[in-house]
Amino acid sequence: MSPIMLELLVRSLWETVVMTAASGIISLVFGLPLGLALVATARGGIAENLWINRVLGAVINGFRSVPFIILLVALIPVTRLIVGTSIGTWAAIVPLSIAATPYYARIAEVSLREVDRGLIEAVRAMGGNRWTIVREVLIPEALPGIVAGFTVTLVTLIGASAMAGAIGAGGLGDLAIRYGYQRFETSVMVAVVAVLIVMVCGIQWIGDRWVAKLDHRS
Amino acid sequence: MNSHVTWKAASAAAEETDVIRLADVRRRFGETAALDGVTLTVRRGEILGIIGRSGAGKSTLIRCLNGLERPDSGTIEIEGREITGLGEADLQPLRRRIGMIFQHFNLLSAKTVEENVALPLKIEGWPKAKRLARAAELLELVGLSGKAKAYPSELSGGQKQRVGIARALAAKPALLLSDEATSALDPETTRSILTLLKDINRKLGLTILLITHEMEVVRGIADRVTVLDAGRVVEEGPVWQVFSRPQAETTRSLLSSIRPQLPAHIADKLTADVGGEAILGIDIAGPAATGPLFEGLSQEFPGGYRLNHGGVDHIQEQAVGRFFLAVPADKAASLASYVERLGAQVEVLGHVADHA
Repeated sequence: MSPIMLELLVRSLWETVVMTAASGIISLVFGLPLGLALVATARGGIAENLWINRVLGAVINGFRSVPFIILLVALIPVTRLIVGTSIGTWAAIVPLSIAATPYYARIAEVSLREVDRGLIEAVRAMGGNRWTIVREVLIPEALPGIVAGFTVTLVTLIGASAMAGAIGAGGLGDLAIRYGYQRFETSVMVAVVAVLIVMVCGIQWIGDRWVAKLDHRS
Repeated sequence: MNSHVTWKAASAAAEETDVIRLADVRRRFGETAALDGVTLTVRRGEILGIIGRSGAGKSTLIRCLNGLERPDSGTIEIEGREITGLGEADLQPLRRRIGMIFQHFNLLSAKTVEENVALPLKIEGWPKAKRLARAAELLELVGLSGKAKAYPSELSGGQKQRVGIARALAAKPALLLSDEATSALDPETTRSILTLLKDINRKLGLTILLITHEMEVVRGIADRVTVLDAGRVVEEGPVWQVFSRPQAETTRSLLSSIRPQLPAHIADKLTADVGGEAILGIDIAGPAATGPLFEGLSQEFPGGYRLNHGGVDHIQEQAVGRFFLAVPADKAASLASYVERLGAQVEVLGHVADHA
């Protein structure tokens, strides 16, 4: 591989890292509260409100049922409104975040819902309010699942960011398509796949280690 | 004279401060009445056992006491304060006055033992150093000083319940509610937990209300017992009295595992036809049970009775005896009246034709 190709590879890697990290953090910041809201407003939840619960669920399902490549194009006006442009790495972060937030919200919801109701009851019985329950029970008890779910979300985002090349966002996927596939540079294709494998394995490994450290459930 | 007056004043004050007073509390879930007009009081410093089968309304009752459940009607007073009308925000300070322990311990798995114990204090807004110091004190009280930094998953069931007890006591509650706290524990651990609760009751003068389906628990530590069936109080009184003379059918059946029962092979042969031998069930309790019962019987009816089964138990330092005697049918009436004169309760259970 030529030094120029190598430079391209490094730049693409950086673009992928930026897209994944930024949209990962945004989906965590919005997805976790959304997951909490789903659990809290559900039947028997700490802030039961079935109407809100249904609306939230429907919106999340709506976003989740649109294929990402379509979301990428359909959200162009929104992206332009937020970032000012509809092309480039930063522009891709908007659709990536909007796709990953409902995805992560569902994963967080599952972990939060599995928290033993007896623990919530115990904290209520000692005079805790809803906020205490969220802070002392729901989040800490579901944390292993919340972290494991975040790991899964990051890996999914790396995959999704490959499609962001369609709006000129760059990244490893874009590099593989343009050089590896369209120009028959097999060495580029192999290098990109190798880098992706290392990245995914690394994220998964860190996530698993972190979960093991957090999990005191049994 | 002086001390007499003081005592009277103190007892009057104690009457004023019933910790819990329930009047005609009702709660329905759909068609079924979980609580169907429950009236009871819990006095300061006592251990009250509420016993009943599953579905008798025990859990609903205990959850009504700290406002986790709301009754449909009736009044609930905690330390003289009516709580049925209180909103969630007003219930929160009240709940801090009431400790609660659970069948499945309900310890937070992500927190260490000391953090679990200190949690009620964190909710009350204590600074960290102070609440950890208090947690250490409580862990010593329950005999778990060495486990402060451990996580609940590293503890045995009995140790977990000790942590649960320490946590319930952290905020110095006026009342401890125990919701089947020993039901998930083996008999030996159950005994050690009951001993701990009794110690705490004595040392701290803490009022304890425990609900259970196990008579052993009530027998072990309660001062008074209330029997609940289908949402109603069917019997109540000092434990030894209820145990010696259970009136309600539910009480009898709940007691069947720990009171002597007529052996099944004899019970099978019982008939209503008078003749052969009469089988007498004798209940004797309190001072009467410590008298020379059998000595007297032997003198009055030489060779006239046979002990089939029975024994004397001691509950709250009172002797509680229950015996089954086989007596020739013609002597049954006179023997029964003799034993009744000694203060016992006699029931002719039936007759058996031949030697039982």
